[in-house]
Amino acid sequence: MFFEQIINGLALGSTYSLIALGYTMVYGILELINFAHSEIYMTGAFIGLTMVTVYKVPFPIALLISMAGSCILGVCIEKAAYKPLRKANRIAPLISAIGVSIFLQNLALIIAGPQARAFPKNFKVTTIQVGSLFKISSIQLLILLVSIVLMIGLHFLINKTKIGQAIRATAQDKETAQLMGIKIDRIISLTFAIGSALGGAAGVLVGVYFNSVDPMMGFFPGLKGFVAAVLGGIGNIPGAMVGGLILGLVEVIGAVYMSQYKDAIAFAVLIIILLLKPTGLLGQKVQEKV
Amino acid sequence: MLVLENIVTHYGNIQALKGISLKINKGEIVTIIGANGAGKTTTLKTICSLVKPTSGKIFFEGNDITSKHTSDIVEAGIALVPEGRRVFPKMTVMENLSLGAYLNNDRNKIKNDLEKVFDLFPVLKNRLKQVSGTLSGGEQQMLAMGRALMARPKLLLLDEPSMGLAPKIVSNIFDIIQQINSEGTTILLVEQNAQMALSIANKGYVMETGRFILEDSANTLLNNEEVKKAYLGES
Repeated sequence: MFFEQIINGLALGSTYSLIALGYTMVYGILELINFAHSEIYMTGAFIGLTMVTVYKVPFPIALLISMAGSCILGVCIEKAAYKPLRKANRIAPLISAIGVSIFLQNLALIIAGPQARAFPKNFKVTTIQVGSLFKISSIQLLILLVSIVLMIGLHFLINKTKIGQAIRATAQDKETAQLMGIKIDRIISLTFAIGSALGGAAGVLVGVYFNSVDPMMGFFPGLKGFVAAVLGGIGNIPGAMVGGLILGLVEVIGAVYMSQYKDAIAFAVLIIILLLKPTGLLGQKVQEKV
Repeated sequence: MLVLENIVTHYGNIQALKGISLKINKGEIVTIIGANGAGKTTTLKTICSLVKPTSGKIFFEGNDITSKHTSDIVEAGIALVPEGRRVFPKMTVMENLSLGAYLNNDRNKIKNDLEKVFDLFPVLKNRLKQVSGTLSGGEQQMLAMGRALMARPKLLLLDEPSMGLAPKIVSNIFDIIQQINSEGTTILLVEQNAQMALSIANKGYVMETGRFILEDSANTLLNNEEVKKAYLGES
C-alpha cells in the first residue's frame, strides 16, 4: 500500500516537475511568471488527444506532435504577448499573461466544448507486479520514463551544450550576454519553446493518466506546477524537478489521510515554504562582488 | 579604425550624449577621461549598440555599424569589458572564458586563444573550475579582460578597469593593457584615473556632461593646466 502510494506520488509529481520547468525557465530568463503556461499544458493535451482519436497515430508520435505544437504555441505567445512589453513596467506582462490564459481557455471552450473527453489508450495497459509489495501500472511507468528522459535531456542541454551555456548566461546577465555575441531574443524564444514542449508533454501524460481532457484542466496542475517551481526555488532548474516530485509525494500521501483536502495540501506547502525559506529548497542568492 | 560622427544618445528624455565625434586609428590607445556621469559609459554602450543613438553615425573599418545588432558588432571585431567587470557570477572561470569565444566555432583557434589569455593572466589558469563570483575584484577584472580577448577583438573597449582595485593591481592591469596593445589590438580606454590613463595613451578626450570639451595628444593633456586642476589632483 505504502509503496503503491510512493509510485502514485512520483508519477503525479514528475508531471508537476515537467510543468514547473516551464515556469522556472521562463522566470529564470525574464523574471516573468508565465500564467499562460497552464493553457499550453491544456492545449498539449488536446493536441495529443486529437492525434490519437482523429488521426489514429501511435501514442509516442502523438506525444511528439503535441510537444511540437505546444512549442510553437509558446513561442507565438512570447512574440505576441510578452516581447512588445519587454521594456514596460513589470506588472504589464503579468497582466498580459493572465489575459492570454483566459483567452486560450475560452477559445478551447468554443472549439471543444466544456465537457471532459476520455483519452483512449491505443496501447495495452497492464500492471507490473514486482514481489508482493511493489506494483506499477504501465501508464505510471510510461509517465516516469518519459519524464526522466525529458529531464535528463534538459539537464544535458542546459549544462553540457553551447546553447545551454548561452541560456544560462542570458539568465544571469542579459546585457553582458549580448556582449558575448549571444542573440538574446533567440535565446528567450528558445526558452519558451523548451518550457512549452515540456508543459505540453505533461498535458498529454496527465490526460492519459486520469483519462480526461477538458478546457479547464490546466488550472490546478498549472498552479501546482507553479508551487513546485517556488518550492524548489524559482529560476532553479534542478529545483523545479525536485519540487515537483516532493509536491506529488506530499499530495498523494496526504490524500490518504485527508482526501477531501487533496488540493489544499499543495497550497499549504507553498505557504510553509514561503514562510520558512522564501528562496525555495535549492534557490540561493550568489553574492556578487563589484 | 573607429569613427563616431556627431553621436546623440538619449535615456528617455535625458540627453546623455550631446553630439560627440571621435576618431581612433589602428594600433592606438585612446582614452576618454571625465567625472562620474559625464557620459563615458554611455559612449561605449552606444558603440556596442547596447544603447541606440538618436542621431549620428558610427563607422568601424569604414563600415557603418550604427544601431546594428550587438552580436554583429562583436563579430566585426569590437569587444567591451564592461564597467564593474560583469563576469557571469554563477559560472566557472572556464565557462566565462568559453562564452567569450561564443561566436568562434574553431576549437583549435579557441585553444590557442586560451593559451594566450593564460600567458597574460597566469592567475586564471589555476582557477579554471572556480565559480567566478568568488574571485577577488582584481581577478574578476582579469577574467573580464580575458573573456573579451577570447572574442579576438581588433578593437578592445575598456570601461573603468581600475575601479575599486588596489594601486598595485591597477598598475599590473595597465601593464597588461599596454601589452595587449603592443600585440596589435587597438584600445579605447574609459577611466576616472586620468593620470594612469593618460600615461599609457596616445590620445585623450576629456568629457563633461555629454560633450568632449578637450581633445589632444595624451602628453599635451597631461600638461594642460585645466586638466591638471580638474582631473589630476594638482593645484
